[in-house]
Amino acid sequence: MQLTISKIKDGTVIDHINSGMALMVLRILGISSGTKEPVSMAMNVPSKKMGKKDIVKVEGKFINEDELNRIALIAPGATINLIENYEIRKKFRVVLPGFVEGIIKCPNSNCISNAEREPIRSKFHVSKEGEAIVARCHYCGRKLRSVEDFIA
Amino acid sequence: MSRFKHLISIEDLTKDDILYILQKAEELEFYAKGTKGDKINLLEGKILANLFFEPSTRTRMSFESAMKRLGGDVINMTAQEASSIVKGETLADTIRVVSEYADAIVIRHPLEGSARFAAELSSVPVINAGDGAGQHPTQTLLDLYTIKKESRLEGATIALMGDLKYSRTVHSLIKALTLFNTRIYLISPDALKLPEDFLEDVKGDISEATLDEVISEIDVLYVTRIQKERFPDEEEYRKVAGSYIINSEILSKAKKDLIVMHPLPRVNEISSDVDLTRHAIYFKQAFYGVPVRMAILCEVMGVALGEVKVG
Repeated sequence: MQLTISKIKDGTVIDHINSGMALMVLRILGISSGTKEPVSMAMNVPSKKMGKKDIVKVEGKFINEDELNRIALIAPGATINLIENYEIRKKFRVVLPGFVEGIIKCPNSNCISNAEREPIRSKFHVSKEGEAIVARCHYCGRKLRSVEDFIA
Repeated sequence: MSRFKHLISIEDLTKDDILYILQKAEELEFYAKGTKGDKINLLEGKILANLFFEPSTRTRMSFESAMKRLGGDVINMTAQEASSIVKGETLADTIRVVSEYADAIVIRHPLEGSARFAAELSSVPVINAGDGAGQHPTQTLLDLYTIKKESRLEGATIALMGDLKYSRTVHSLIKALTLFNTRIYLISPDALKLPEDFLEDVKGDISEATLDEVISEIDVLYVTRIQKERFPDEEEYRKVAGSYIINSEILSKAKKDLIVMHPLPRVNEISSDVDLTRHAIYFKQAFYGVPVRMAILCEVMGVALGEVKVG
């Protein structure tokens, strides 16, 4: 099968994203209509390892490693390739961060992090219970299991 | 050097921190009674701000009493005053302003996590006096103190009865009790059982029971109020609440030294004939809030008991 998106000269390639999660990866990275760099995305690409996977490529930008690691919240097997002049400069697998700010919205409507007008960002402590990723609200203590349902 | 600057959740404390506070409370208990002539002025010149965004007269007065017994002053914002603030000012701004007026802040607020947020913004220590359905750590500490003083904490057998689903007092207490190798029995109507995911997070000897099954075995019976608004209709409430009432007849099967506790206010879950028995500890429990809060106030404001000035 022909690869649907071409190689990039410089930039960040996020591979092995769980299929269907690419749009959420963009959201976590803050990529939106205002983003200047060319961004390409492939969904449901056949993968030997995963069956199906998504891929995101951001041209002309090396995304910060801490920012990239947040992807592990929804795609723990994602791999990152930082490309320079068509060559892989660095390759790594995302590492689940222990603490994230401003990405997850607390589902507890009575949590202070959801109060209007307060200068507050959501904060979550992240850990693994077996294979499952769990996030706990820093403020109200609410525990979340399917983190992908609560990405702000 | 304080062990902790803020007190937001009982889970922020280690077992050692808890025992330390209970020990300090015991040293201060004499002064908490305010016996004539025996004053302790550890917090003389300090000001405590009570910020109560919802009413809790008892907790507020207990803090006020604790601060005054230590020779300090208290400034209050009542729930009524708070309601007008809530409309205009953010909690963040209120905290930033009040932390300039006082040496410590006690906060009760309807939103969960509000005390932790306040601690992030405050330049002075913040003590959580209840944040919605969240935490109320000073209540937990005074409960532990009561159990330690009137029964035993390490290895005790404790039954918690009533509303175990919504009671934050019960949730915090269970978490703390598991640090002390206690055996915990849960006694509640089906509709008010301890939530499953809460149980997943606590490790300890915890099991469901009926009062009849365990009454002769337990050292502590902790009773909480079953609230009417938790039930779809009045009849259902009456039926359920009626079967969770403690009276002296039930207690006749108990161990001689069983203690009965209640965070108060009670409605009718402990009948008044129990008040006259040796088992009734709940009023003493309320008093113990004062020395425990004295110890907490000293700790967050960094005043060691070694600096005691008895006058």
